Amino acid sequence: MARFVVRRLLVMAALLFAISLVTFLLFIVVLPNGNPAALLAGRLANPAQVHATEVRYGFDKPVWVQYIRTMANIFNGTAYSYQSSFNVLDEIRAGFPATLSLALGAGIIWLLSSIVVGTLAAVKAGRYTDRVLTVLSMIGVSMPVFFLGAVLIYFVGYKLALIPISGYVPLTQSPTQWLWHLAAPWFTLSVLFVGVYSRILRSTILDTMGEDFVRTAKAKGLSERQVLLRHILRNSLVPIISLWGLDLAQVIGGGAILTESVYNIHGIGYLAFSSVRTFDTVTLLSIVMLTALAVVLLGALTEIVYAFLDPRIRLV
Amino acid sequence: MATFDPNNPGRALSPGAALPPAAGGLPPSPEFLLADVTEATSEVGDELPPGAGPYELAWRRLKRNRVALAFGGLFILIVVMCLLAPLYSQYVAHIGPDTQNITGTVKVGGKVENIVSLIGIPIGPTWELGHYFLGADATGRDVSVRLLYGGRNSLEIGAVATLITTLLAMICGLLAGYFRGLTDGIISRTLDIIWAYPVLLLGITLSTVLEVRGLGPFHGTTLLSTALVVGFVYVPYVAKPIRAQVLALRDREFVDAARQQGLGPLRIMAGEILPNVASTIVVFVPLILANAILSEAALTYLGAGVQPPSPSWGTMISDGISTIPASFSNVLVPGIMLVLAVLSVNVFGDGLRDALDPRAKIRLGKE
Repeated sequence: MARFVVRRLLVMAALLFAISLVTFLLFIVVLPNGNPAALLAGRLANPAQVHATEVRYGFDKPVWVQYIRTMANIFNGTAYSYQSSFNVLDEIRAGFPATLSLALGAGIIWLLSSIVVGTLAAVKAGRYTDRVLTVLSMIGVSMPVFFLGAVLIYFVGYKLALIPISGYVPLTQSPTQWLWHLAAPWFTLSVLFVGVYSRILRSTILDTMGEDFVRTAKAKGLSERQVLLRHILRNSLVPIISLWGLDLAQVIGGGAILTESVYNIHGIGYLAFSSVRTFDTVTLLSIVMLTALAVVLLGALTEIVYAFLDPRIRLV
Repeated sequence: MATFDPNNPGRALSPGAALPPAAGGLPPSPEFLLADVTEATSEVGDELPPGAGPYELAWRRLKRNRVALAFGGLFILIVVMCLLAPLYSQYVAHIGPDTQNITGTVKVGGKVENIVSLIGIPIGPTWELGHYFLGADATGRDVSVRLLYGGRNSLEIGAVATLITTLLAMICGLLAGYFRGLTDGIISRTLDIIWAYPVLLLGITLSTVLEVRGLGPFHGTTLLSTALVVGFVYVPYVAKPIRAQVLALRDREFVDAARQQGLGPLRIMAGEILPNVASTIVVFVPLILANAILSEAALTYLGAGVQPPSPSWGTMISDGISTIPASFSNVLVPGIMLVLAVLSVNVFGDGLRDALDPRAKIRLGKE
């Protein structure tokens, strides 16, 4: 077990290093054609000014020195964005609560909903309820997030004036407003995932129902509900939870871009998106890297937990 | 990263609505389907002559699935409609997709109305063929014409992206699975790195890189560069299961026999392994197509995909969103079209997967 953990962590560390390197190269070297100083110095800069900018930001040093400096800056929290001169870490920290509330809230909602929907669809497989739920899941999966958001904003927010249209209210400021403003974004973000997860859960439950131990449990005399809760769900929920962890990591790290931009929530996704359009490489680099780190970290953790629960995996 | 056992349903997925293949793993290779025929499933096996292949069985199963066929037909209808866009534009609407007409007027039901009213509200759907059938957008362009032309762009990007993903994933999966060792290590790690990034962020980044710098023949934000970005981002999702299956097939007797016959690796991969992986790839294609269309719309909405004034469902929705109170039909029309197209691909893909998956036997028993 220990050997497995160590192996996994080593692979993870190598992966993290590779990701940071690739992201760095992509942005600093490839994007501005290898000479960001010219961009930064402004349009009317003469060569002396360009050179001064180079020295100031360290572009004249070799690539690997720049890499080390940028990484150190990012992890020390002293990285400054080229475009807006704000401290990148401060900006990320400012946007983090909004994205966290959005992602975590939506995550809990979609997890619980998909468990309910998936179990219901599996138990009533083939009958009317199942078909209706399947149709709804299909529609949910086929709908672009921003379209759903726009529809909700228009019909519920604008016409019926039931929910606020945009913006984010911090929890510390007013809990009821916080909830109120997040209701629609939570729903919008969840619909997609519920569609996917409930179908996975449904298939997993149906497959588990055919297993031997379920037959044994029924033969022992357990009621349908006991069999379902005690045996089937415990097995079927495991893949869903692991998927949930990975998806949550991606959403927190900026996968909620669409929801945030439709509802005008200034979180990390919004920050990432605006930094792309203004070619703000440092901010985007930090966000992309932090997200990839979170995903890889969670993936490794999930595998370790899996290996702990199921010894067969340790041999892989 | 996620090197899960391929038979474990808990595989890493993107948040981009990727429907996974049937739980419990991939539709196994056709040898397993043959076992199905001999076990006398009363639904489909009866009418078949003995010796019918697994694809024959799958085709029959698919034909019985009315819903899937209906939605497949719907998708083909949408494709045909979009392909006929120039005809519609020329003969029915008499207006092109980019013709702006802010100050013009149009005769609707006998009355003459402004296309774009004096306070900037464009006309809604008139439901009269030939005169702004689905209304106009904020600059007076005909929404129905733009819808069809936009559909051409969106579907084209989706199709090309799917092609790119399928080809690249096939190559990567085959090479990694067959040669193992260092090749496998390099390819798998590269795929893991690509997969670690959030899909949309990676798409925006690559698309910006292509826009600013270009890569060979891909410059700026042409349709092809968008398709390339969308296709590239989904390669790990398809390549990993293919690799897993190739790894499993590689040790089978028929591959051994082929090797002893003296066939080189290329011929073995193409002639022996590929046909067995084909059903897996076939199942992925509708999934990736649906995702590609959605991703293109998302990228375009964020400004990183097709640029205006080129029509595409994504640009139309994003234009519509920016003028929401004025005319919501501009958001609703392309959005509904997009949802219908993706939905039909998804439902058909589901039916296809059910037809190719012999474990459907278990589920049929429940119905």
